[in-house]
Amino acid sequence: MELSLSSEDAAFRDEVRAFIAENYPQEMRVPNPETDLTKEQMLLWHRILHKKGWIAPLWPKEHGGPGWSITQRFLFEQETSRAGTLPPLAFSVTMVGPVIYTFGNEAQKQKFLPRILSGEDWWCQGYSEPGSGSDLASVRTKAVRDGDHYVVNGHKTWTTLAQHADWIFCLVRTDLAAKPQAGISFLLIDMKSPGVTVRPIITIDGSHEVNDVFLEDVRVPIENLIGEENKGWTYAKFLLGNERTSMAGIGRSTRYLNRLKQIVRAEIDDDDPSFGEFIKDIARVELDVLALEATELRVVAQMSRGIDPGPAASLFKIRGTEIFQRITDLTHQAIGNYGLAIREHPVSGNHFMPGPDYGHTASEKYLNSRKLSIYGGSNEIQRNIIAKAVLGL
Amino acid sequence: MDIQLTEEQELLRSSVQRLLRDRYDFEARRKIVATDEGWSRAHWKAFVELGLCAAPFKESAGGLGGGPLTTMIIMKEFGRHLVVEPFFETVVLAGGLIEDIGSQAQREEFLPDIMAGESIWALAWAEGRSRYDFNNIATTAQRQGENYVLSGTKAAVIGAPWADKLIVSARTSGGPRDRSGVSLFVVDRHSANLHLQGFRTIDGRRAAEVALMNVEVPASQLLGTEGKGVAALEACRDRAIAALCAEAIGAMTELNAATLEYSKTRKQFGTTLGSFQVLQHRMVDMFIALEEAVSLTQHLNLCIAAGEPNGSRLASGAKTKVGYAARFIAEQAIQLHGGMGMSDELNVGHYFKRISAINVQFGDPTYHLMRYAQQDESNVSSEAVRRTASSRS
Repeated sequence: MELSLSSEDAAFRDEVRAFIAENYPQEMRVPNPETDLTKEQMLLWHRILHKKGWIAPLWPKEHGGPGWSITQRFLFEQETSRAGTLPPLAFSVTMVGPVIYTFGNEAQKQKFLPRILSGEDWWCQGYSEPGSGSDLASVRTKAVRDGDHYVVNGHKTWTTLAQHADWIFCLVRTDLAAKPQAGISFLLIDMKSPGVTVRPIITIDGSHEVNDVFLEDVRVPIENLIGEENKGWTYAKFLLGNERTSMAGIGRSTRYLNRLKQIVRAEIDDDDPSFGEFIKDIARVELDVLALEATELRVVAQMSRGIDPGPAASLFKIRGTEIFQRITDLTHQAIGNYGLAIREHPVSGNHFMPGPDYGHTASEKYLNSRKLSIYGGSNEIQRNIIAKAVLGL
Repeated sequence: MDIQLTEEQELLRSSVQRLLRDRYDFEARRKIVATDEGWSRAHWKAFVELGLCAAPFKESAGGLGGGPLTTMIIMKEFGRHLVVEPFFETVVLAGGLIEDIGSQAQREEFLPDIMAGESIWALAWAEGRSRYDFNNIATTAQRQGENYVLSGTKAAVIGAPWADKLIVSARTSGGPRDRSGVSLFVVDRHSANLHLQGFRTIDGRRAAEVALMNVEVPASQLLGTEGKGVAALEACRDRAIAALCAEAIGAMTELNAATLEYSKTRKQFGTTLGSFQVLQHRMVDMFIALEEAVSLTQHLNLCIAAGEPNGSRLASGAKTKVGYAARFIAEQAIQLHGGMGMSDELNVGHYFKRISAINVQFGDPTYHLMRYAQQDESNVSSEAVRRTASSRS
């Protein structure tokens, strides 16, 4: 499905497509880019996009964005995801960057933004805590003022790719007496600071993506506070809003759906009792993708006329993740007995993995994608948001 | 992608809205449905005066040139008010067929009366054993001199008791399920040897079993090429689905609004229904289902208007997805209205019944799901899918 494009926009789309074809690093084309690449390999595409000036489509031009229209941004997102490129680290470019240029002071912008764009700094997100999942406002990590520093103590968890991170942006409690949302501040912490410890959490797919981050008497200079003390909740919500709008994942779902069709075609004979059910399930999920894609295009067209979808954008997070989970579920079913096997981590060619290549990541993807309906505000939280902000309940 | 209405379309929509708001509220409709005839010629006249019957037709045929998008606008508003007058049967089905495959003489003979609201039409394609297949018919048409002689029984012909003219499909050659050999005829409803047995439909309309016992039809009343009726009916079905999806959208819009409103006022356990999270999330899913259905319906209508080659597969996809969404919304609307949802006095059940009827018309969601799967050109096993589909029947 395509937007009807002006000739300029069509030329832009062709330019993006050609640029990806010529420049996307071959060594990033591994079975599962999200888990199989080193930090340096992950950054290859980031650096290529930075050199081209395309690393931060959302950013205003003055801060280093490309100055694209909404349609151009959408086309870039569409082309890069259709081509299966690994998106640049969201925590840096999509999340903390916009918070810094929107709420940060001049010195913070000067210090951090260029290093985010270049990929010199890798950021991770210090939001969740053992006692604070969906109820984010209950964070207990404390920051106590001591002269020119905050002294931070607490325990962050589910911190994605913290093992690579140079910096962490944290929600910390600076006022214990205030109401939960009112006593939170947004603090930038150098991961090399004494007192910061990262401990891996291995998830059910066997991969190491997430971590515990322990903060023990970590001294953080007060110039690393974003905006005003105790206003962190506002900045956190702003960031989560940015996170949700890019979660439809049409390009990715379409790629995985096409692969699922290939697998079903190769693996399941038409006299197999499950064949007809696979055909129906595939058609259903394909229609789900189509309807969500049509909705995304409708919203893009509205946005380019200046109409903001607002909290209704939560539907993209809900449906996008439900659809992708369904596709990984069907793919795992489609490989049959080889769904018993799972790759060992860290990934190495030395480990034997049975069955055809296309099935090698089916188990881990099925398991790993369970996270999608939980993170970034669980799908139940997204439904709460629509109920309250759209339906007025 | 999002349909930004032209000034003309916006004007049309607001005048249809005004007319229906003033003259077609639920009580007015109830009275119309309860009359002997079951529809209102006075309201029909008002639609004609507004130009609705001429709106979709090409300007060269004397119409207003609005095409499928105009039909979509009108049908959505008709869906919101549960309009029973035979706009769909006369203008979309019969008018569409005549415009598509009629000879110049036939267009000149029939279209002016249709546009002026002077003649009412119905499309008689189904038979007792045909289910949703156009080729599976037993009615025959034999050439005898200057006439064709039609014999057989057509089933569940909606609007037939109101009609002046019928378009009847009959086999002129070939075996029982052959694709070729089906032809379409314009038959005067008051022809000798043509008998109607009328009945009420679940959604408050009138339909009939139509028995043709050697009905003589002049050869000039053959519509389109002899033996090519199935293709013409398939194209007609695509247009019909585009219109029915829009009508369903209108009904779903009203159901969601009514349910939301009810949940905000109805109190149980000392609080409003809308304060219960399980019901909030249900209504969010109803909201999402409608948004996706709107997107897909718009997408389909744009594709049909542009004559896109994949329009027919997309029509099946939309019939499926919108059908599932409409059924979900309609069932939940009754559920969330509790006992009141079962009451004939409330409009909710009447929307439910119209949606149930739409889901049967021109093929149910499961039928079209399989058709969508069969027509997947990327699917090498589509031959096997076809076999699976045909073993179903």
